Amino acid sequence: MISLTINGIPIEVEPGTTLLEAANYLGIAIPTLCHHEGLSPYGACRLCLVEIGVRPRTRLVSSCSYPAEPGLRVRTGSERVLRARRMVIELLLATCPQSKVIQDLASAHGIRQQRFRQEHEDCILCGLCVRVCAEQMMAGAIGFRSRGQGRTIGTPFDKRSEVCRLCGACMYVCPACQLRCTFSEPDKAICGGCANIPAPCVSSGQHDDLMCYMNPCAACEIAKT
Amino acid sequence: MTPGTVVQGNEDRSAAAGIEMDEVGPIIEKHRKQRGGLIAILGDIQARYGYLPEPALRMVSGQLGHPLEEIYGVATFYRSFSLAPRGKHHVCACLGTACHVRGAQRIVDELERKLGIQAGQTTPDGEFSLETVNCLGACALGPVVVADGHYHSKVRKSGVGDLLERAAQGGGSAEANGAPAFVLNACCPRCQSRLEESGHLIENHPAIRLDAACRGRHGWIRLSSVYGSRQIASEFPIPAGSVVEFQCPHCHIALPISSRCWECDAPVASLQIAGGGKWNLCCRRGCPQHLLEIS
Ligand code: FES
Ligand code: FES
Repeated sequence: MISLTINGIPIEVEPGTTLLEAANYLGIAIPTLCHHEGLSPYGACRLCLVEIGVRPRTRLVSSCSYPAEPGLRVRTGSERVLRARRMVIELLLATCPQSKVIQDLASAHGIRQQRFRQEHEDCILCGLCVRVCAEQMMAGAIGFRSRGQGRTIGTPFDKRSEVCRLCGACMYVCPACQLRCTFSEPDKAICGGCANIPAPCVSSGQHDDLMCYMNPCAACEIAKT
Repeated sequence: MTPGTVVQGNEDRSAAAGIEMDEVGPIIEKHRKQRGGLIAILGDIQARYGYLPEPALRMVSGQLGHPLEEIYGVATFYRSFSLAPRGKHHVCACLGTACHVRGAQRIVDELERKLGIQAGQTTPDGEFSLETVNCLGACALGPVVVADGHYHSKVRKSGVGDLLERAAQGGGSAEANGAPAFVLNACCPRCQSRLEESGHLIENHPAIRLDAACRGRHGWIRLSSVYGSRQIASEFPIPAGSVVEFQCPHCHIALPISSRCWECDAPVASLQIAGGGKWNLCCRRGCPQHLLEIS
C-alpha cells in the first residue's frame, strides 16, 4: 500500500492507483475531459492538473495519468492549480467554442473572458474516440494522423474503414461534436448562461434544497423555455 | 474481418496499381522479431519503393497484427516517410526561421510556380517532387534548397530556374541495359539523398561519396560510379584486405548490411540506385564482389 496526502488528508492506496482515482475515493472532485473510466489514461486535455511536491518546489501534473507515489503531497485546489486550469479551459474554449461540455466547464469555473482567437475546430484531439474504438469496441478503425498542427483523427487513407462497425461509440464519447449551448447568443465566445441562473431543482423547492446532480445540468435549457 | 480477406483485397489493389508487393513479405519477416521493428519495416519499404504504397501498409498491418490505423499513424507522423510516390528528382526547400527571414518563402513560391505544383506534391510527369522542411542545419547559408542531395546555398529567386535545370540533368537515370559498364546514380537507402558529387570525377563520372571508418580512422571515401570499376579515392589509406564501414554522409547512418560476401565473408553493404534497384558491394578492400539488383 502507498500512503500519500491529498489536500492534507492522508490516504492509502494500492500501487498503480492514479492521483485522480485516489482523490475521487476521498470525494474530492477534479474536473476531467479526456479521462474516462474503462479507457486507458491519456493525459491530453490537462484539465485535471494538480500540484504535487512541497513548496517552493512543486510541479503541476495531470492527475488522471500520474500514479500515486509514497509520501506524495497533492493539492487539488491551490491557487496555482486553479489559475492553470482556468487557462486550460480558456484555451479549450478558443479551440471549440461550440461544445456544450466545454462551455459548461467554463461556466462552472467562472471563465468570464476570452483572450484568444476562436478557431471553431471540430476536434480538441482528446483521443477519447480513438481509445474507445480500440479498447472497448476492439476495432481500431480510427487513429491519429500526422503531427503538430496538422494532427487529425480519422481512418487510414481517409477511406471507409473495413473494421468500423458504425457503432457510434466515438460520437457518444466525444466532448466536442455535441450541440453548442444556445442559452444566449449562439455566437458569443462564452455562453455563461447557467452561471447566472439558480438551479431549478433547488429554487423551485420541490426537492427540499437538494440538487439533482444531473450531468450535464439542464438548468439553462429549462430557464429558456 | 479476417486477416485473410485483408490480404486478398490488397492483392487486387496492388495489381491494379501495377506495383509488385512480393518484396514486402521478406522485409516484414526480417524485422518481425525486433522491438520497434515497425519503423525499420517502413524504412525498408520506403527505401525499396521510394514511398509507402497503400497495399504494402495493409500487408504490414495484416502480418504484424496491428490495426492499420496504427501503422498509418506512424507512417504519417514521420516526415521521412512519404505516402505518395516521389518524383525522380526530389527538391526540398528549407522554411526554417533563418531561411524564412532571408526570403525562403519567395523561393518556395517560385519553385511552386516553376514546377506548377504545391509543396508536398509531385509533378504529373513524375519528374519532380517538392517538399519543405523546417531546418536543414545550414542556417548560415540560407535560404537553402536541396535538390537530389545537393545543397544549394543562398538561393536567389532568379537562380531557381537554373537550379531546377541542373537537377533535371543531374545524372540521367541509370538505364538497366545490362551493358558491361554503365554509370550508377546511387542514393542512400535511408534518407534517399543522392551520393554522387559532381565536383569530383573518377573515370570521368561523378564519384560516389560516402563516409568510411576503418581501423579506428574516419574520413571520406569516393567510389567510382561506373559499375564494375573498383577505383576509389579516400582520405586515408585503406590497406587491401581491411574491412570498411560505410556511412551515408547526409544522414550519418551506417549503410544497411544486406548479406555476407560469399567470397570473403565480409559484410555486404547496399546502396539504392536512383533508377530502382540495389547495389550491393562487399566492404572488404580489394574483394571483387559487386552485385547489382535491378528492379
Ligand atoms: S483528464 Fe487528465 S489530462 Fe485530460
Ligand atoms: S533555417 Fe534553413 S537551414 Fe536552418
